[in-house]
Amino acid sequence: MNATTQPIVSMQKLNKHFGSLHVLKDIDLTIIPGEVVVVIGASGSGKSTLIRCINGLEEFQQGTLEVDSKTLQPHGKSGRALQHIRTEVGMVFQQFNLFPHLSVRDNITLAPMKVRHLSREKAKQSANHLLERVGIEDQADKYPSQLSGGQQQRVALARALAMEPRLMLFDEPTSALDPEMIGEVLDAMRELAKDGMTMVIVTHEMGFAREVADRVIYIHQGEITEQGPPETLFDTPQHERTQAFLSRVLKH
Amino acid sequence: MDVTFNFDWAAAIDSIPHLLPGIPWTLLISFGGLAFGFVIGIFFGLLRISPLRWLRWPAIAYIEIFRGTPILVQVLFIFYGLPQLLGGPIDALTAGIAAIAVNSGAYISEIVRGGVQSIERGQSEAALSLGLSRSQSFRYVIWPQALRRMIPPLGNQAIISIKDTSLFSVIGVGELVRQGQIYIATTFTAMEVYFMVALLYLAITWTLSILLSLLERKGLAGE
Repeated sequence: MNATTQPIVSMQKLNKHFGSLHVLKDIDLTIIPGEVVVVIGASGSGKSTLIRCINGLEEFQQGTLEVDSKTLQPHGKSGRALQHIRTEVGMVFQQFNLFPHLSVRDNITLAPMKVRHLSREKAKQSANHLLERVGIEDQADKYPSQLSGGQQQRVALARALAMEPRLMLFDEPTSALDPEMIGEVLDAMRELAKDGMTMVIVTHEMGFAREVADRVIYIHQGEITEQGPPETLFDTPQHERTQAFLSRVLKH
Repeated sequence: MDVTFNFDWAAAIDSIPHLLPGIPWTLLISFGGLAFGFVIGIFFGLLRISPLRWLRWPAIAYIEIFRGTPILVQVLFIFYGLPQLLGGPIDALTAGIAAIAVNSGAYISEIVRGGVQSIERGQSEAALSLGLSRSQSFRYVIWPQALRRMIPPLGNQAIISIKDTSLFSVIGVGELVRQGQIYIATTFTAMEVYFMVALLYLAITWTLSILLSLLERKGLAGE
């Protein structure tokens, strides 16, 4: 890691509990701009919770977390810093979470107009450009329910990108998709990675992880068990838990 | 004993011009009351879902009191009871509108709460993740969707409130039932007149039902 590069995410000894459940245990994680990090692990391992802490959708109880040089406080008491972070960090959800009452274009222009105070014209231009980039420029006037799952997820990606985020979080972006639509979403993400976007991706798509990740993190029961470049982690995993997990998922 | 009813259609039709003046009153009390009830309902409905207990508590109290007592008692209290407190009379129209307002307001509070809570968590998470503030998320994402889901139960409440205004004949507002009573006092054709009164209520509520189903269809087009 280049010593002069300011990390965009810096997490130290982060702990999170859901009641009596200890979901994240002493997580240390640093992400530098331009890095593509893929988080893998069994369901319930805490990987989604981990990335949801980065934009404050989940609170944590102990530890320190800095995102884009702003400090997130434990117990969700971050106020302005949180607002800043959410403006600079985009997120794509498993269930797309598009706004069903707004057209595709309005889904994309809402936040740039209300948060970045872009004019309608400017926001529209950028929306058209983004829709072109994710390959659905002809769907701008439709409503989300009129689109396929793959198209909806690409709209969700365009919506997040419209804020020109410095970091993109992906929470199992292809898990709710029919198999034939996974490819188009992964293609759009691949393009984004190529363009140098900093990305943290929770996914079960191991082939994709191997291809785009700079680093793969394996989480087991709320702890980072192992991490490293994809070829190392996938081909020569050191920890036996990682080996067991990979042999289970790579069999399919 | 064999009783034969002779429904006198001529008497029924003759009563119509004497009943029609009641319709504007019925509509004024219903929709005037509902308009205030909607504002009250939004206010207490949102308080009801506040994370702060001291905001929630007054809303719960309001809803329980006005949902748990008869609207007839409420209007009698407002018309006969409140003047003692205020030291001056309240006219019957104001009392009727106020009764519909506070009564429908309690039910609409629950409709508002249900509508807002029915919106999936993912919607506000998506809005917040884009940098929108809590109030912006509510205003641009949650509320418009909640409002659409509230149309059917709001329509239901409007129909109930329209019918509730018939009780206000007891305080002498010149609404439909009152006009019927006045007319019957001179003609003694109770069956025919109340039949026509019922038909006129049906005409109002049925028109409203049709308008609402059109609105609902339009509202759902975007989903």
